[in-house]
Amino acid sequence: MLITRKVEFSASHVCRNPRLSDEENQRVFGLAANPNGHGHNYLLEVSLEGEPDPFTGMVFDLKEMKEVLNREVVEPFDHRFLNHEVPPFDHVIPTPENIARDIWRRIEPHFARPRSRLHSVRLYETPDLYVDYFGEQPCSA
Amino acid sequence: MFRVTRRYQFAASHRLHAPALSDEENRRLYGKCNNPFGHGHNYVLEVSARGPADANTGSAVDPRRLDELVAREVLQPFEHRNLNSDVEAFRDLTPTSENLAVEICRRLKRSWPAAFPGEWPKLEKVRIAETARNIFEMGAHEIQ
Repeated sequence: MLITRKVEFSASHVCRNPRLSDEENQRVFGLAANPNGHGHNYLLEVSLEGEPDPFTGMVFDLKEMKEVLNREVVEPFDHRFLNHEVPPFDHVIPTPENIARDIWRRIEPHFARPRSRLHSVRLYETPDLYVDYFGEQPCSA
Repeated sequence: MFRVTRRYQFAASHRLHAPALSDEENRRLYGKCNNPFGHGHNYVLEVSARGPADANTGSAVDPRRLDELVAREVLQPFEHRNLNSDVEAFRDLTPTSENLAVEICRRLKRSWPAAFPGEWPKLEKVRIAETARNIFEMGAHEIQ
């Protein structure tokens, strides 16, 4: 069974690779490379996979899930300029892919329990663009 | 490995009518969707691709390249069109949203290698909502 909890945060970022020229950054990232940055209302959906505990009927306590997501994601990310204020984005480009992977790394240990594990992180950068991350997997299929 | 999904919208009209059936049978099968002059929807299309993040860009899919592909193959030919009359594939095929999903998936899969010449990203699935309540999804692997 999957259970999903949503949280939101608003943050600014700029997507550019310091090893590329301004012109190349513009070509690769478009408007997202504008040097002073821009922002999004990010929507994060975190899904846990597991079996309900026979005693509580819950896969994971949603109150605790909310606390973990607030502490590990919303507090460090909300109303921040990711590149300047939230490591590792001082040296990792804060694309939605990299943000989703960083969020996975921050929260995964907190959901690893006998009856539950982190299944996926879905990060909406806008309502029209989102990324799903399922943890490290070999690139086979 | 990431799955990147982009959402698009287009408005189009269609009529569900199977030429092999009688008018009465068509009315019974398709109900209001068989009304002779057709009707329209605001279709919402989600296109998903999967792949690893590129080391230089941190992106698994270049959304602008995907936008160009979807605009050329789907949005421009379908936007404000009558699917039955204006889209070749539906001259002899009822444009149910199942068939529309197949047609969109086929178009994207056919043009995918030219737009994304490397091994990654791969087209994973398309999902089309005809209305907020009726949603159709198919994997690219279902298309030969």
